[in-house]
Amino acid sequence: MAIRAQFEGNNEIGVFAKLTNNYCLVGIGGSENFYSVFEGEIGDTIPVVHASIAGCRVIGRMCVGNRHGLLVPNTTTDQELQHIRNALPDTVKIYRAEEKLSALGNVIACNDYVALVHPDLDRETEDLLVDTLNVEVFRHTVANNVLVGSYAVFSNQGGMVPPKTSVEDLDELSSLLQVPLVAGTVNRGSEVLAAGLVVNDWMAVCGHDTTSTEVSVMESIFKLSDHEPSQIQTQMRDSLVDTLS
Amino acid sequence: MEYIDDASGIARQQQYSLISCCRCGLQIEPNPTNMCVDCLRSDVDITEDIPKTSALSFCRGCERYLQPPNQWIKAGLESRELLSICLKKLKGLTKVKLVDAGFVWTEPHSMRVKVKLTVQKEVMNAAVLQQVFVVEYVVQPHMCDDCHRVEAKDFWRAVVQIRQKSDHKKTFFYLEQLILKHKAHRSTVNIKPMADGLDFFFTKQDDAKKLVEFLSAYVPSRYVTGKELVSHDIRNNKFTYKYTFSVEIVPICKDHIICLPQKTAQQMGSISPLVIVQRVTQTIHVIDPHTLQVGELSSANYWRQPFTALVSPKQLIEFMVMEIDIVPDRDRPFRPRMSTKHGLADVYVARMSDLGVNEQQFHCRTHLGHILKVGDTVLGFDFTNANLNHQHFEKMKTDRIPDVMLVKKVFDNARRMRRRKWRLQRFDGAQDLDTESMTKDYNDFLDDLEEDQGLRENVNIYKDPTKITVESEDTDDEGIPQISLQEMLEDLHLTEDATGGEGADMME
Repeated sequence: MAIRAQFEGNNEIGVFAKLTNNYCLVGIGGSENFYSVFEGEIGDTIPVVHASIAGCRVIGRMCVGNRHGLLVPNTTTDQELQHIRNALPDTVKIYRAEEKLSALGNVIACNDYVALVHPDLDRETEDLLVDTLNVEVFRHTVANNVLVGSYAVFSNQGGMVPPKTSVEDLDELSSLLQVPLVAGTVNRGSEVLAAGLVVNDWMAVCGHDTTSTEVSVMESIFKLSDHEPSQIQTQMRDSLVDTLS
Repeated sequence: MEYIDDASGIARQQQYSLISCCRCGLQIEPNPTNMCVDCLRSDVDITEDIPKTSALSFCRGCERYLQPPNQWIKAGLESRELLSICLKKLKGLTKVKLVDAGFVWTEPHSMRVKVKLTVQKEVMNAAVLQQVFVVEYVVQPHMCDDCHRVEAKDFWRAVVQIRQKSDHKKTFFYLEQLILKHKAHRSTVNIKPMADGLDFFFTKQDDAKKLVEFLSAYVPSRYVTGKELVSHDIRNNKFTYKYTFSVEIVPICKDHIICLPQKTAQQMGSISPLVIVQRVTQTIHVIDPHTLQVGELSSANYWRQPFTALVSPKQLIEFMVMEIDIVPDRDRPFRPRMSTKHGLADVYVARMSDLGVNEQQFHCRTHLGHILKVGDTVLGFDFTNANLNHQHFEKMKTDRIPDVMLVKKVFDNARRMRRRKWRLQRFDGAQDLDTESMTKDYNDFLDDLEEDQGLRENVNIYKDPTKITVESEDTDDEGIPQISLQEMLEDLHLTEDATGGEGADMME
């Protein structure tokens, strides 16, 4: 399911949070409202951690991670790294990347298996990505935009790309990533998807302005809906048919 | 949207996948707002800064519209000018781009004007939205300053006072015709008859000046100006004056006998000082009846040494021609400028009052030899019995003063008026002011027009449709001067009166 949230009145919640299947990082805000949204929804299954990177709270744009690991920019202080290390499960590998495109969240989009990266990303960082996140790396653009981390969002179930993506691009990306993709928007027509939306395999959090139409698009592509017709068809069908017959 | 393919150079349509409108879920092509047009329209109204109703100020008196702040403009319904006034009235129009504007037809008496506008504006994310809407204007009556002044009847800024010290009004009848022909009275707000002349009122000093220039070009005159301070504003150094132009026309008219100052006479080719005025146009035309010598006295020359007339036409008495001898050309004294239209003659005349009383006859030379016959009546002046007080006349030697000087031939007046097939335009309401003496002056003026072609040139003469039918009633014309049909104009039955549409309302 998808829920709406705001970070201190700001709808670009993807900037202040990083959500994966194994952990959730939340920027340190003036109030705990934003943190509470995550804590209330997923606090009992995965750790929800207050974090800052290089003294900034825009952690969603600075780091990139998935179930297997987390990459942070080299500006991260030792103390911050230590804090994140302590808070995350031991299975999660954490590394600092020596990368000149230091806003890693803007240049890399990934799920647990594949990653789309900025075409100019360093070779070393690409190797680090493979080692840390256990992903296959593709250098690609979405909708003629190199900041793939900002504009594209995908989980293991599906992904969203900006509206201006051509049909050929959409098909190509879909076959590369091996997940269904759809063009869509968040926050009432914004095409900067990763800024307005964080998603893992069972939940999504989007900006407060997101309309119900946009939410329904998200729920269907990320397969977040509780009442999927498949459930009726697969699990209940047999018993129903049994009873009726 | 179209892109140029770099490789092939062929334009091809880029295929976007459809997205759902973020408001309503409709499948649409991606656009900068990612919203369908209907949702966008319900979301943002680019015309919200523009008022949908407004008012136009319209002056019923002069049928003009107010263009803020204070300009009044004549504009027809659905005209370009009116559209520009309407558009200037709309305040918020600067924030949008105006693509098209046009009138929607409305009933003229409804006092409503509807304008259909098409505007474009950039809304969020560089998307340009276009919208069509109608603005309704209410036409509100609002009297303009000019009309207000006219209604208040106290609105002149400049006055031209025309004065002539003479015992008749013929000069003013002539001036009236001149002004009518040249439409010099167009910007006049009022014309008032005064003793010895007329007052013309104007709202602007320039208009008054124009009339003064016009007068000085057509009649010998001089003028002085004066101004009276009406109000002034100490803050911005603005002064409001009422200007007065006092125009004095020379007191010399046709058929006056004048005695020129010696110096003036010498300047005019050593003409004899005792001369008859033939005509007054831009200059004073005189003729010496003894030699047929003619001369012209310009306005400047007159005012250098002004003089009054010696004998006015009212002092002339009637004589009967008893005998006439045309002086042959070879016996005529030669003078440098002589009239070819007149004939020099020796005549013997007797006073009308003496006929049957005594046999006294006077001999004189006259310039009227070409029209006089024995038995004709002629107007002249009898110097033998005259008691004249005149500065220049007293200096003349007595042997150069004739006994009698004949001025003009007399025709049967009643017959002449009956035969007159033409008429003149008048100022509006001028007929109502005419008294008996003025009617006589006016008829004299009409006689003068018939007799003098030079005078006629500056006057528009119209056929009189009431008279034109009684033609060829009697062929016995006795050489009465007449105006040929060619010189007459068909009367233009103008919808506006002679003084002009606007001026008529302003005249009291």
